[in-house]
Amino acid sequence: MGTFLLDGYDPQGFYCELLRSPDNALLRDRLAAIPTADFKERVLGAEQALYNLGITFTVYSDKNAIDRILPFDAIPRVLSAAEWQHIERGVTQRVTALNLLLDDLYHEQKILRDGVIPADLVLGNSNFRPAMRGLAVRHKAYVNICGIDIIRDGQGTFRVLEDNARTPSGVSYVIENRHTMLRSFPDLLDGIGLRGIDDYGMQLGAAMREIAPVGCSDPQIVLLSPGVYNSAYFEHVFLAREMGVPLVEGRDLVVADDRVYMRTIGGPRRVDVIYRRINDDFLDPEAFRPDSQLGVAGLMRAYYRGNVALANAIGTGVADDKAVYAYMPRVIRYYLDEAPVLLNVETHICREKESLRYTLDRLDQLVVKPVGEAGGYGITIGPKASRAELDECRAKLLADPSNYVSQPCIDLSVAPTLVNGGVKPRHVDLRPFAITGSKTWVLPGGLTRVALREGSLIVNSSQGGGSKDTWVLG
Amino acid sequence: MDNPLLARYAECIFWLARSVERAENLARILEVNETFSRDRSGSHNWLSIVQLNTDEEAFFAKHRAASAENVIRFYLTDADNPTSIVSAVTNARENARTLRPLVSTEMWVQLNITYNRMISINPGELAPGNLSQLLTEIKEACQTFTGITEGTFYRDQAWCFYRLGRYIERADQTTRLLDNKYYILTKGAGTDAPLEVGQWHAVLRSASGYHAFRRVHSSDLTPARVAAFLLFNPAFPRSVHLCLREVQNALTELKSRYALRSGNDVAEGLDQLRAILGARTIEQVIAGGLHEFIDFIQRYLIAITIRLSTAFFGHEPEPEGAEQGYLGFPPVAYSSQIQS
Repeated sequence: MGTFLLDGYDPQGFYCELLRSPDNALLRDRLAAIPTADFKERVLGAEQALYNLGITFTVYSDKNAIDRILPFDAIPRVLSAAEWQHIERGVTQRVTALNLLLDDLYHEQKILRDGVIPADLVLGNSNFRPAMRGLAVRHKAYVNICGIDIIRDGQGTFRVLEDNARTPSGVSYVIENRHTMLRSFPDLLDGIGLRGIDDYGMQLGAAMREIAPVGCSDPQIVLLSPGVYNSAYFEHVFLAREMGVPLVEGRDLVVADDRVYMRTIGGPRRVDVIYRRINDDFLDPEAFRPDSQLGVAGLMRAYYRGNVALANAIGTGVADDKAVYAYMPRVIRYYLDEAPVLLNVETHICREKESLRYTLDRLDQLVVKPVGEAGGYGITIGPKASRAELDECRAKLLADPSNYVSQPCIDLSVAPTLVNGGVKPRHVDLRPFAITGSKTWVLPGGLTRVALREGSLIVNSSQGGGSKDTWVLG
Repeated sequence: MDNPLLARYAECIFWLARSVERAENLARILEVNETFSRDRSGSHNWLSIVQLNTDEEAFFAKHRAASAENVIRFYLTDADNPTSIVSAVTNARENARTLRPLVSTEMWVQLNITYNRMISINPGELAPGNLSQLLTEIKEACQTFTGITEGTFYRDQAWCFYRLGRYIERADQTTRLLDNKYYILTKGAGTDAPLEVGQWHAVLRSASGYHAFRRVHSSDLTPARVAAFLLFNPAFPRSVHLCLREVQNALTELKSRYALRSGNDVAEGLDQLRAILGARTIEQVIAGGLHEFIDFIQRYLIAITIRLSTAFFGHEPEPEGAEQGYLGFPPVAYSSQIQS
């Protein structure tokens, strides 16, 4: 381990977020001048402060701990002004297209009639909600809060990996991480020209007011959470506080005459806008899963009558589906008549003959994914698969090509990360957050997740992922 | 601005305040007992704490004898015992977790620090000679929380429910402390029994009332005067009288500032209790039985809590006929009996 933090750091041939950008020189020099031992000591202090906040790290193995968080890595990930401008434009474009797509799917369905997306892909999708057909959504903003997962490939090109248009989480970590850096490493940030991120709560609150039912001048907004045992409860608290609105659970709400009320000490009180952090399925036992204990009976009646606004709208899951993802570049062109600013990871849609042939010819080089599955199930990683696995994959592809897409293996970019044994390159991704009411606003930066295990590409917290503060310069 | 307060939050803040107050007072009670255990007669009376909390059944299911060690562990670190300090602190923290949108970050952090301290107590800290220091630390942790709350908690309806919880619990705990020690120190003898002056000092000190008492009574420390001080003194912050006045202030504020009339029922019950307290001298109380009087006050406090639950926390009203015993205000017949 080096005496100074970056001594001997080697990105091992990957695209390094810290070393490749010339705009990072100042931070790089500052990091390089910090003795490793000092840095570690300050990290410990930062962790103690978070521990006192009830935030438990893996190092404290309390089996009863219900406050879980991504482990925090104190070496920030930096985006230059130019890089950020590119991402911001791309995210805004993508969110705009997602909302246009949803508005179309729940009204005229032109895109299906024009054959841009196969109709069965949408209409047969379990996330498509026929009850939303014809319902007016204010500003046609279905996806009010959107998190778009972006990776950077070996050439440094940003690419969208996934759209999260349902109830994306993680924004509280963005802001907590910044607060931790401000507390523990003020000297790193000093004078570096960092864009602020304290606006998120205000922007979110403003968007919630904009989507309130028509004629509602001073709407009562609430945040609906599944409760303290939800892994994102910490974030629900954070967002409710940032907006200054009540954090409610299903049992605090009641529907009467197709209107929503919350139970207060002064009796029932009208609710106009609900930022819900509960999936569609669990929102209303009358309309969706009857076994849901988390939802509010009758909520959908109130919603369909236009008496309450929900963020995000019902039925957004059809737009961020893996199957639809592959069509997003075409969706953008169809509605906006523009080239996509942010590229997809190159994706071959196997229901299309040419793509199927391309995939079958290069099975040993590609990642083949079923479109219906979530969480990495059923994926075949060509370069790592055995002969038998490739044969099995080939058979499945031929039997049901529509169920598969294929993508090249991508070398994710890396960032220097403090792990046991010193500072090593670890793979990172980026989830910027966009808020949409009457228009779209993107929080500068976003959540940088880092795969803490050596060689791992998986940044999810359940799989040994952590997070970094994300700095946007200029 | 009018910030609506969820019924569930009102209940959580009420119990958060009660739990912290309870932890502090339990520490006080254990501390005074630790002091007593070193008196020259060598009597320990740890059993009385078990009796005080009506925990005989739960305690003896776990322990054969009410030894100092067993009782201290039961009330300090036994997470399975719902009346232990660690349970009170845990309860406070869980309520605070729900209340995170309302409470200040500093309040939350202080509870976390206290909780983390509680679950890391090692057996050596419970040993004689160390225990007192630990109890002082717990007491101070609770006081720190109270101070942080005073300095950072937003003053709206939630603040009223915080005060309701704090003062109802404090009134209850003061009666428990008095009940326990009065019984032990006067049992088998009248009020003119030889006075263990040092022990009465300890009772007052455990309630942080020794010097205050001296300002009122520069001489003549008698059990009756100590009891009167803890029950009726209008200026001592832990007296039942003062606590009930604070409860009334909080209720009045809910009604006048926030136009919440559903508390009328609670206020009515509280008025009755204050009237009963105000109409008695300590001599009358002792003649009728101090323990019985204290039991009466405790039952009233339980009934007030139940009425609060119905009025504000969204609980269903108690069924008809349940207004007996612990579920309702004690029958009027009982209060007139005390008068005689």
